[in-house]
Amino acid sequence: MARPDPEELLRRLEAEERHQSRGRLKILLGYAPGVGKSFRMLDEGRRRKARGQDVVVACTQATQEEAAGLLATFEVIPPLPGGAIDLDAVHRRRPGMCLIDGLAWTNPPGSKHPQRWQDIEELLAAGIGVIATINLQYVAERQERVEAIRGRHVRESVPESFLRTADDIEVVDAPALDATLAELREIALVLAAEVVDSQLSEYLKRDGIAQSYGVHERILVCITPRSNAALMIERAHLQAERFHGDLFVACVEQDNLSDADRQMLDQNLETARRANAHIALLRGSDFVQTILRFAEKENITQIFVGHSQRTGFWQRFGANPVERLILESGGMDIRIFPQQTRAQTDG
Amino acid sequence: MAELRIILGYAAGVGKTYRMLQEGQDLKAAGRDVVIGYFEPHARKDTIALTEGLEFVPRRVIEYRGRQFEEMDTDAILARHPEICLVDEFPHTNVPGSARAKRWEDVMVLLNAGIDVITTMNIQHLESLNDRVRQVSGIEVRETIPDWVLKQAAEIVFVDLTPGALLNRLDRGVVYAPEKAKRARENFFREPTLAALRELALRQTAHEVDLRQAEQDVAAAERILIHVTEATSTLALIRRGRRVADYLRADCFAVCVLPGAGLQELAPEIRQAVERHLNFARMLHIDTRILNAADPAEALAAFAHTNAITQIFLVKPERQKIPFFAAKQLFAMRLIRAARDIQVTLVADRTPRAGSG
Repeated sequence: MARPDPEELLRRLEAEERHQSRGRLKILLGYAPGVGKSFRMLDEGRRRKARGQDVVVACTQATQEEAAGLLATFEVIPPLPGGAIDLDAVHRRRPGMCLIDGLAWTNPPGSKHPQRWQDIEELLAAGIGVIATINLQYVAERQERVEAIRGRHVRESVPESFLRTADDIEVVDAPALDATLAELREIALVLAAEVVDSQLSEYLKRDGIAQSYGVHERILVCITPRSNAALMIERAHLQAERFHGDLFVACVEQDNLSDADRQMLDQNLETARRANAHIALLRGSDFVQTILRFAEKENITQIFVGHSQRTGFWQRFGANPVERLILESGGMDIRIFPQQTRAQTDG
Repeated sequence: MAELRIILGYAAGVGKTYRMLQEGQDLKAAGRDVVIGYFEPHARKDTIALTEGLEFVPRRVIEYRGRQFEEMDTDAILARHPEICLVDEFPHTNVPGSARAKRWEDVMVLLNAGIDVITTMNIQHLESLNDRVRQVSGIEVRETIPDWVLKQAAEIVFVDLTPGALLNRLDRGVVYAPEKAKRARENFFREPTLAALRELALRQTAHEVDLRQAEQDVAAAERILIHVTEATSTLALIRRGRRVADYLRADCFAVCVLPGAGLQELAPEIRQAVERHLNFARMLHIDTRILNAADPAEALAAFAHTNAITQIFLVKPERQKIPFFAAKQLFAMRLIRAARDIQVTLVADRTPRAGSG
């Protein structure tokens, strides 16, 4: 079982200390304007106020009547002319919790920080809690895909790493009105699932639990010069995509490959690269052991492997590797691909 | 058929009922005819406040073993025939003596009568996730909904809340009374469990959105064959096969190979197990077949070849259960050979083992 090393513990302690004086950040993520983020933010603010917390609004885009009704119950710190948050006023007022719409907003020239998320950073550092809203289209790492779907370019962006520093991220979900929005909705849900997944591994690491919860499919394709790699990778890629999982391609390196085999392997690796797989070139004398060690380290849930009735290639690794892989792979699924034998290169 | 909308959550207290009522209020404000068919107040103040102004259809009282139970009155709702009906707790099992065993069956009756329904459920009640849920929570959920029922929904909307915020609610007594809250914290309401369920729910919602998108790429259609035996691991295999078939939009068959004359010749406990597994597959809308043959590997492979199957699902054998000398006769290996050009997927038992890791 993996115990955290002392460096890691120290880093965590320091992070926790830093954390205690910092305000908490909660981000509400929506896939498009109009899904109800502002309403959710104000509704949560209302409930916190009812529990006695000191909540103010520093910036809102709420325009709907219902939200406006809600808004009237809050103390609002008016933004500066030009729309930036009045940081000085917020510092003077020092609320426990600040509600801020439009996390990705760009401040007008001459503001203290170029970006609103940097304003929020300053408030958090000063110990003020923030609930902020953001649209998927402004998350830097997802922008390319979102723009391809929407066919529109936005200038503002917030790095995903900032989102991941948030103490909490919640999705504001609502039915999508058309196919474009449905695609964005799917991306937002998967983004949230990925954030939750990394939090989950943090919990498990913290508690010293090595067992994988297997919520997230991680597919490993084992290729050799002879495998039907194109088909295996295509199937694995489709499955990884449908399950919103991860794709790994590994091969166990061998020194004594013929030129023909070497060329074939390079071709297969190129296919893997095009499928955007994580590629691993492994070394080890025992094929099955080498693959399984890698699979366990990477929390693989499914292994795809080729099998031919002829064993010419496999015999170099010892007898019946597919059978051994089946019997020794514990909680992992094994999917076996028939492999055409190529008479001219075999054995 | 009318429209079904499911509000999906990952635990009690995340705000499903609140969201359902909010939508009901919005629809009513927009001039629609909305009633509450069933509502579980759980003594939550904010939620109860949201029912104000909405019409309730009174529940039906059913007597069972000298006690009185209240269930949704489907006949009364049909008689009232609103445009939209709000129904809490979709996976609920009705008390014996009710017209239908499950509330989701009552909802189907409403939908067939042209009444739109908004309902609520948690992810752990989805049948195909049953093994995963047991694996992450250690809890065996008995009230499940077959996946095809979810597919009937026009919309599935996820209600999100972080596990931290949910635990705060639990501690403030918003979710359950103190005694029950304490027990919940010791069992289900642990942060990693909640996080895992939340992730499952997010991914399921993303999948449901994906499924409902108009333009579907028709990638080479897969046809999946699940091998049914009397072994209890068959249940998990069927769930997994069903799930993969749904994700890959594949056709799905479940086949059992019996020696000789078939079911009647089997020992009673084996016959019952096989029948239970085949019924379970049928409940998940999987086509089932019984083949009679002496050699199951050959029979399965032959069936697969004639039915253009692309992938065969089997339970993965475990090392400790197989004597070394028997490995040559490993059923899986024999099937892999007989299947020739068809892929074979060996599905592992993912239940965490004590002492592993």
